[in-house]
Amino acid sequence: MIWDDWNQFLAMGGYARYVWGAFGVVLAALVLEQLALHRQRRDALAAARLAATRAQS
Amino acid sequence: MYTTSTLSAGAPAGRPWLRYAAPQAFFPLAGKAIPWLLGAALLLAACGLYLGLLAAPPDRAQGDAYRIIFVHVPAAWLSMLIYLAMAFWAAIGLVFNTRLSSMMASALAPSGALFTFLALWTGALWGRPTWGAWWVWDARLTSELLLLFLYLGFMALQAALDDPRRADRAGALLALAGVVNVPVIYFSVQWWNTLHQGASLSSRGASMAPIMLQAMLVMTMALWAYAIAAVLQRLRSIVLKRERHTAWVQAYLKEKQHDLG
Repeated sequence: MIWDDWNQFLAMGGYARYVWGAFGVVLAALVLEQLALHRQRRDALAAARLAATRAQS
Repeated sequence: MYTTSTLSAGAPAGRPWLRYAAPQAFFPLAGKAIPWLLGAALLLAACGLYLGLLAAPPDRAQGDAYRIIFVHVPAAWLSMLIYLAMAFWAAIGLVFNTRLSSMMASALAPSGALFTFLALWTGALWGRPTWGAWWVWDARLTSELLLLFLYLGFMALQAALDDPRRADRAGALLALAGVVNVPVIYFSVQWWNTLHQGASLSSRGASMAPIMLQAMLVMTMALWAYAIAAVLQRLRSIVLKRERHTAWVQAYLKEKQHDLG
C-alpha cells in the first residue's frame, strides 16, 4: 500500500475526478449491463412461455 | 405441435466438436459456465484493483492520472477483440448457415459497443489531464469512434429486419466490411503522427514497470472473464427467444418450473 491514509487515496494526487470518473463509469456500466441482461432473460422466458400456451390452445 | 430443430443434439460421428454447434447442446453448457466466469471476474478485478490503485506507485511524468490505463487499455483491447470475434462468427454463420454462430455475433455486438464506449470515455478522462484535451481528431481516436458506429450500425441493422435469418446475413456483411477498421485502430499509432502514446505492450516488451504491467494484465483478464460471461448471458436469451417454438426450449421451461415448484 503506497498511501498514508484514505483521504490521500481518494484524492489521487489531484486527479480524483479523472481517475474516479474513469473507474466509476466502468463499474456503473457493467452493473447496468447486468441489470439489462437479467431483464432480457426474463423477457425471453416470458416469450417462450407465451409460445407454449399458444401451441397448446 | 412444435417445430423440430434442424440440427440434432447428438454428436455427428467423428466430429464431436460439432455437438456444441447445436443451440440445445450449447445452452446448458453456457449456463454452467456463467457463474464461474463472473466469480473469476470478481476475484481478478479485486486483485487487479489492489495492484493498480493501492500497490503500484504513481508515474513519474503523469502522477496518479496514469492509473486510468488499468481500465482504458483492457477496454480498448476488448473493443477490438470482440469485433474480430463478432466478424468471425458472423462469417461462419453466413458460410455454413449455422444459427448459433449468427446468434453469437448478435450477442457479441452490445458488449463490443459497451467496451468501445468505455475505451473512449476513459480515454477522454485520461487525455484531459495529460494532453489538455478531452478529444482530438487523430487517427487512433477517430478509428475507435468509427468502431463504435460499426457496432451501433450492426445492432440497428439487425433490429430493423424482422426476419432473423435475413438480419443475420445483412449483419454479417456489415461486420465483414468493417473488419478492415480493426488493424487501422491497432497500427494507427505507428502509421500516423499522433498524440496518442505508442503500444503499452509490443514485440520489444512492455513500456512500464513490472507491477504496473501486472495490474494491467490482471485487469485485462478480469474484463475478459466478465465480457465472456455477459456475452453468454445475452446469447442464452437470444437462443431462448429465437428457439421458443422448439421442443427443447419447451422441455427446458417445464424442467425449470419443476425445479421451482
